[in-house]
Amino acid sequence: MSAKRTSRREFLKSAAAGAALLPLPAIAQGARGRVVVLGGGFGGGTCARFIKRIDPRITVTLVEANPTFVACPFSNGVIAGLRDIRAQEFGYDKFAGDQVVLSPGTAVDPQGRTVTLGNGSQLPYDRLVLSPGIDIRWDGLPGYTEAAAERMPHAWKAGEQTLLLRRQLEAMEDGGTVVISAPANPFRCPPGPYERASLIAYYLKTKKPKSKVIILDAKDAFSKQRLFQNAWRTLYPNLEWVSLSNGGKVTSVDVGEMTLVTDFGRHKAEVANVIPPQKAGRNAEIAGVADRTGWCPIDPATFESKLQPNVHVIGDASIAGAMPKSAFSANAQAKVCAAAVAKLIAGERPDEPRLINTCYSLVAPDYGISVEGVYRPADGQIKEIEGTGGVSALDAPNSTRALEATFANAWFNTITTEVFG
Amino acid sequence: MNATRMVTAAALCLAMPGHAWAAGLADAPPGALSCSGCHATAAKADAAVPRLIGRNPADIVAAMQAFKSGQVPSTVMERIAKGFSDDEVKAIAAWYGAQKD
Repeated sequence: MSAKRTSRREFLKSAAAGAALLPLPAIAQGARGRVVVLGGGFGGGTCARFIKRIDPRITVTLVEANPTFVACPFSNGVIAGLRDIRAQEFGYDKFAGDQVVLSPGTAVDPQGRTVTLGNGSQLPYDRLVLSPGIDIRWDGLPGYTEAAAERMPHAWKAGEQTLLLRRQLEAMEDGGTVVISAPANPFRCPPGPYERASLIAYYLKTKKPKSKVIILDAKDAFSKQRLFQNAWRTLYPNLEWVSLSNGGKVTSVDVGEMTLVTDFGRHKAEVANVIPPQKAGRNAEIAGVADRTGWCPIDPATFESKLQPNVHVIGDASIAGAMPKSAFSANAQAKVCAAAVAKLIAGERPDEPRLINTCYSLVAPDYGISVEGVYRPADGQIKEIEGTGGVSALDAPNSTRALEATFANAWFNTITTEVFG
Repeated sequence: MNATRMVTAAALCLAMPGHAWAAGLADAPPGALSCSGCHATAAKADAAVPRLIGRNPADIVAAMQAFKSGQVPSTVMERIAKGFSDDEVKAIAAWYGAQKD
């Protein structure tokens, strides 16, 4: 191996391949380098495991603030009463004991290459992988504060918020109105608001049939739109979607009045689910990898930050071009990033990746639909390969919808086993 | 697979009980690792979607061609298969075929 790799390194050096490809001092000393992964969700959990599997000589430390991860995919099932929150919860007990540090990261020094932990100690790294997820933009919607979210839950980070929205739906009397506010792009899980509306409508149809669901949308188009709308016409006549053009954009909320305000009027709700504007999670901020959009620009082949060298950003927080902000994307990006990090630490050139995304949505427990894409780097971005991807057939029989619901459940079990099992 | 990679593979098997990655994870061809989002590597995971590990590569190639052409009806696989050239599919199939439980 050494002969092959040395010659390759020399080739890369002679090709003036760039500072990012130069071998680190640690390599010359015979060690294999240290990687810190900050954030243990679908992206970070996957990346930590795969770096270690690709090259067990690399020291990998996963830093995560919470001992229990609560998965967002399928949490709409919890809100609709179809699923227990415990089915969403995962821990880190299957990771190697010395691999996980349960602590917040309080600071990142990209020059000194250290991450500061909650107890003040510092973890040095050769490369840092951030999987920050999202944070709510508390300045993004007038009236929508952290206190307001206790009355009008966002439930866009799974956990207590998910259970709060569930309790409110349970407490609502039959005949009530549930109003969901959907944000403008980009945001976590593009089909998520519409799956949520569907499953809430399913719950109301079966338990509180005089009630209705209104989606107030800051967009005129959304993911899997025709599939959702066709299904709604058949299954949920009490579900109404109000587009941007029809006055759907929520401009402020009035928590005292339980009212969502648009330019066209005021919508009183018995239950209000405000899915607010979002940004990259806090760990992106402390590392200085988010730009003015609030999201993180990255190299499309390695996921290395365009703002800080030796720092990679994966998952919802990254600006991943055509890839949606989904758990599947985060998992696929994590594996590409892991391979790239291992190559860069070895002083080798990372391969040009291919990435896949598949997002399932449940319109009803036995009615699944999907969107796929296959992606590659092009023109400095991640682009969808032409002629690929797309959504489920519009005219598929119920048996196909049921099969996709089965595959959706299988996907959740498989991916959570890969990340946490 | 060269000797170093075999040693690495042995170390991996010790380090990761219950996981089926046998060898050559660093050599996974482009796109291959995305598949395991749905196609489980661990035997205990949900079986509604077939595992790819250890399958005959020719069978994987034939299935992908049939999905791509629409000859075999599918839900998501026709749309995914169209994203890969024949050579890319062959490389992915060969790599999964070489993985062992």
